[in-house]
Amino acid sequence: MFAHQSIPVTMAQQILLNNIKVPGLASFDVYRKLGGYTSVEKTLKNFTPDEVTAEVKKSGLRGRGGAGFPAGMKWGFIDKSTNNPRYFVCNFDESEPGTFKDRHIGQLNPHQLIEGMILGSYALGARTSYIYIRGELFYVLRIIEKAIEEAYANGFLGENILGSGYSLDLYCQPGGGAYICGEETALIESLEGKRGNPRIKPPFPAIVGLYDCPTVVNNVETISALPWIMNNGADAYSAIGIANSKGTKLISACGHINKPGIYEIELGLPVEEFIYSDQYCGGIRNGNKLKAVVAGGSSVPILPAELILKTAKGEPRLMSYESLAEGGFETGTMLGSGGFIVMDDTTCIVKNLLTFARFYHHESCGQCSPCREGTGWMEKILQRIEDGRGTMKDIDLLVGISKHIEGNTICPLGDAAAWPVASAVRHFRQEFEDHVKLQRCPLSK
Amino acid sequence: MSLVKVTIDNIEVEVESGTTILNAARKIGGAVVPPTMCYYSKLEGSGGKCRSCLVKVAQGSTKDPRPMPKLVASCRTAVMDGMVVQNITSPEVMENRRAITEFLLLNHPLDCPVCDQAGECHLQDLSYEHGLVDTETVEERRTFAPIDIGDKIKLHMNRCILCYRCVMVADQLTDQRVHGVLGRGDHSEISTHITKAIDNDFSGNMIDVCPVGALTDKTFRFKSRVWFTKPFDAHRDCPKCSGKVVLWKKGDEILRVTGRKDKYGELEDFICNDCRFEHKENTDWTIEGPRKIERHSVISQNHYEKISKPEIQDNNS
Repeated sequence: MFAHQSIPVTMAQQILLNNIKVPGLASFDVYRKLGGYTSVEKTLKNFTPDEVTAEVKKSGLRGRGGAGFPAGMKWGFIDKSTNNPRYFVCNFDESEPGTFKDRHIGQLNPHQLIEGMILGSYALGARTSYIYIRGELFYVLRIIEKAIEEAYANGFLGENILGSGYSLDLYCQPGGGAYICGEETALIESLEGKRGNPRIKPPFPAIVGLYDCPTVVNNVETISALPWIMNNGADAYSAIGIANSKGTKLISACGHINKPGIYEIELGLPVEEFIYSDQYCGGIRNGNKLKAVVAGGSSVPILPAELILKTAKGEPRLMSYESLAEGGFETGTMLGSGGFIVMDDTTCIVKNLLTFARFYHHESCGQCSPCREGTGWMEKILQRIEDGRGTMKDIDLLVGISKHIEGNTICPLGDAAAWPVASAVRHFRQEFEDHVKLQRCPLSK
Repeated sequence: MSLVKVTIDNIEVEVESGTTILNAARKIGGAVVPPTMCYYSKLEGSGGKCRSCLVKVAQGSTKDPRPMPKLVASCRTAVMDGMVVQNITSPEVMENRRAITEFLLLNHPLDCPVCDQAGECHLQDLSYEHGLVDTETVEERRTFAPIDIGDKIKLHMNRCILCYRCVMVADQLTDQRVHGVLGRGDHSEISTHITKAIDNDFSGNMIDVCPVGALTDKTFRFKSRVWFTKPFDAHRDCPKCSGKVVLWKKGDEILRVTGRKDKYGELEDFICNDCRFEHKENTDWTIEGPRKIERHSVISQNHYEKISKPEIQDNNS
């Protein structure tokens, strides 16, 4: 029996998924009856744009796309000194393996996202905003477009919203379906109609962004939290969570667990509780043993069971930015985008890593040489090892390649490709060596 | 424009504010200048892609002396007053440059013995200075059939390192651009749009800016190794361009015409296709004299110059 069974289950504060099971929530009427768009009424009447930014700063909301940068601070960087238009862009290009939380909001609760877009646009002084959505999510695009039409029809978008004097046009733009377009500068390039290649920073989008104008790009989940913050106040939001990880976080849990799905957790929840309690993942399938977890989408370091449940210091690992990163990349990982991939003891780490490497090789934009060449090289070496054709030298070579990609690329895709490889070899080296010695996967029959 | 002081490999230099680390290093010259495979000062927006010019910023500025956490692309990073940069004095930079060289060579055929760019190839130089003796890869390189992308230009995609310089030339110098980058990652390739050929007046400059032998001049291919030719500065009255070129002659025969390049391998002026491809007679040109070639270049073979011996200083006296 697992020790987790004695852990008390606490209900998380529901901010993003509160009404998600209400039938017809995607329609304006149902959403409005449940209190939707009240934050827009309240904010446009009582707050100046700078006060909205200050409120978001005070709330401690951090970007939920993966990097975890404080949202209010990001808004604060926007260049308001120019007469150029400013743009607010929603990053709905979710496509990382293991991460599937944003589409849930877009599909079931699009008006919450639109409400957040109005608030963010107002704070930044944007008159035109965009929701950039991954092309494959065409059914979600249709839902959002319908919701935008309804918001226009009811006076929440368009000219002189609610008689406040503030006007906003909102468009939903599908992308071509490249993972790299989730990187904010590549997203901006793609939105401009160009090939989705990341730009070299600086200048940052807050200074030179869409159409060379000041731009803020935020994730769907980040934007969807804004209505609650403006309705309930920054203090109420920052009272949820722990340390510098405030509020709630959507976690898309998948892999060898009994209850895969999307969960809204209060930041600071123990990882052990998240994996084993019936309220969340419900434990490992078939009563198997936990082997490893990728906690924040495929781009973060993988951790073995002993390090995901407890830090190297022996403290319980919590679902928070700080706790998951405790120990650096030697013994820690990242909260990332919240794609929680659980692996039991039937999992071949090499094969799993090969899947990730194939993905990053396929999705590299090809602009900079370490990422363009290194991701493909790593995939080929992993394929050799998995097929039983690898050598001991290949294992060190993998580490060397990942080390030379990390930090040397234009955008973080190179890091995203390198970290899983480096961490997998660090924590599961024996498994790689067994592949080489046996000339086959030790877990294959 | 205000001046700022920057120290590169322990050498201090004063440059205008907004200057990149690379150009500050070029002001010093010599070994402290980072190599560049994609940056080209004459092409707007170039640089930052090959990563061979990465350097370490050991001190951000006088105001904020914190070091930068990662290596930075010197061609795209502006200097700050009091910045301290390490290039050849940083083992980390040297190790990374070696790794970058290996990445660049990963899909590049070592066909220097038959490549028309041999002797003028920046990757060859980079490999010689920073590469490994042995390769660590056993994987097959990607292969493409050579194709004509216009009546005067041959594309050997096998050799391309995707520096994007030729795309920028096409974008910035010519109208009706018909070629670009297709595909992603290491499947990327330079290609013309379907059935299109490059026949713009300035398209030949794509050959000059290519750092490797991916784009070659069909009027010169396999005519001679470059070090067996003699370069001369020459000019003509041209209504389209400056008309200032280098003639590459073998005996009295003009085998090739190119633009004039500076010591960093960058064109001083872009020249038109008429000058480059259509004027191969001596009577077409006013010859100014032999082209000065850097002594370290293989092209300087057979072009010996009399060197005055420096006086030996006796420090003991």
